[in-house]
Amino acid sequence: MNKNGNLYIFTYASVLVVGVAVVLTVASISLKPFQDKNVRIEKMQNILASIGIQSTAKNAEQIYDSKISEELIVSVDGQVTSVYENGKFTKGNLRAFDVDLKKELSSVQKTKKGNLPIFVADIDGKKYYIIPLLGKGLWSSIWGNIALEDDLNTVYGANFDHKSETPGLGAEIAQKPKAGEKVFSDQFKGKKIFDDASDFKSISVVKGGVANQKAIALDNGVDAISGGTLTSNGVTDMIKDCLVNYVNFIKTQKSSNESGN
Amino acid sequence: MSQEIKEREPMFSPKNMRLITNPFNKENPITVQVLGICSALAVTVKFEPAFMMALSVIAVAAIGNTIISVLRNTIPSRIRIIVQLVVVALLVILVDQILKAFSYDVSKQLSVFVGLIITNCILMGRYEAFAMQNKPWPSFLDGLGNGFGYGLILLLVAAFREIFSPSGSLTLPFFGTVKIVPQAFFDMGYVGNGMAILPPMALISVAIIIWIQRSRNEDLQEN
Repeated sequence: MNKNGNLYIFTYASVLVVGVAVVLTVASISLKPFQDKNVRIEKMQNILASIGIQSTAKNAEQIYDSKISEELIVSVDGQVTSVYENGKFTKGNLRAFDVDLKKELSSVQKTKKGNLPIFVADIDGKKYYIIPLLGKGLWSSIWGNIALEDDLNTVYGANFDHKSETPGLGAEIAQKPKAGEKVFSDQFKGKKIFDDASDFKSISVVKGGVANQKAIALDNGVDAISGGTLTSNGVTDMIKDCLVNYVNFIKTQKSSNESGN
Repeated sequence: MSQEIKEREPMFSPKNMRLITNPFNKENPITVQVLGICSALAVTVKFEPAFMMALSVIAVAAIGNTIISVLRNTIPSRIRIIVQLVVVALLVILVDQILKAFSYDVSKQLSVFVGLIITNCILMGRYEAFAMQNKPWPSFLDGLGNGFGYGLILLLVAAFREIFSPSGSLTLPFFGTVKIVPQAFFDMGYVGNGMAILPPMALISVAIIIWIQRSRNEDLQEN
């Protein structure tokens, strides 16, 4: 058989490629459940990190179950459409944990409708509201979680992560908290997302230091990372674009709290 | 090398064993053949990712060499490089998927570099230069040897960089972080070398290894 003939080469290449494709498909399908589990655990770790709980891949699931008491889905006009509490649904049938944030945010942008997730943590009888964030940095996507105290205004904690921001500059947003050192996400503690007149202000990442300017109140800004301006701007936009969808929910929640008192 | 040997050669004949041992010294892929330098510089900041990278390359080199060697008489010479590429790509994607499933943290740290094993010159180099002319068993050993040779340098560089970095510790796979530089040193004012975590330190340490190796091995000295 002529091994350099066109027929042989074409047949050989086709058989090889089809064979390889089959092997890869089988591998991909059979490994998918394990990979998905890892992604879920990482998501849990990130949610827990925003309320200052560090977990490992082994204990994340257990800590998550014990600390996160409720998962809510809210609509843009502030209605709670789904509640998942202590392992079962008390309203609706969508878990906040399973929401594809990217899809929902783009649907909110286009149609003003979407399922917005909120996680409620219960620590020593105090409630914390954790809102997941997703946005664009300089090179690729950035994401994180921001935890609000039960006044739904003061930030209790935040954490950020990124896909491919510049190491040493923009990538510093993802620094893990360290004892005795103030990392980027630590700055958010105690900041407020509303101003005194209860208008939504979000939290801006300010170039040149928030103390050195007047446009943004001290409570609504944190210092940017030197050399990471575009990533910092991305963080500002991400927090604003994500939180603004929850303003109606927060206002209804607040007024019901006040009437309840 | 390619002449037919009538009587069966023992599995671990001296000739076959040299296929494994040579890459540690005289034919080391990184320090002598200067292949696979790019990943050696990129994934050696910490010991654990370097270890996983070394394992991945060993697997891809050994299995790929065997596959190519089994197929060597059927591969049409006009598309042999493409066939080799398909085999590397297949194995690398498999390694990547397996890491994602069972060693997620490490796969995040290695990120693109697992994918870049495809472009690692060691693999294509060994497939083309060795596996295309040799039987499966010697090819397997050759892949194993070159993988080990590559891994050895990777681990040396990674250990060197991590110990001298500001953390002064070593992240051993399965054992966790071990403190190498005692806390007392830090208390006395010792500061780790910040450059150890930057790419230039990898170049410097590879160069030091090459220097030591050449000064000890006269075969490698050029006049």
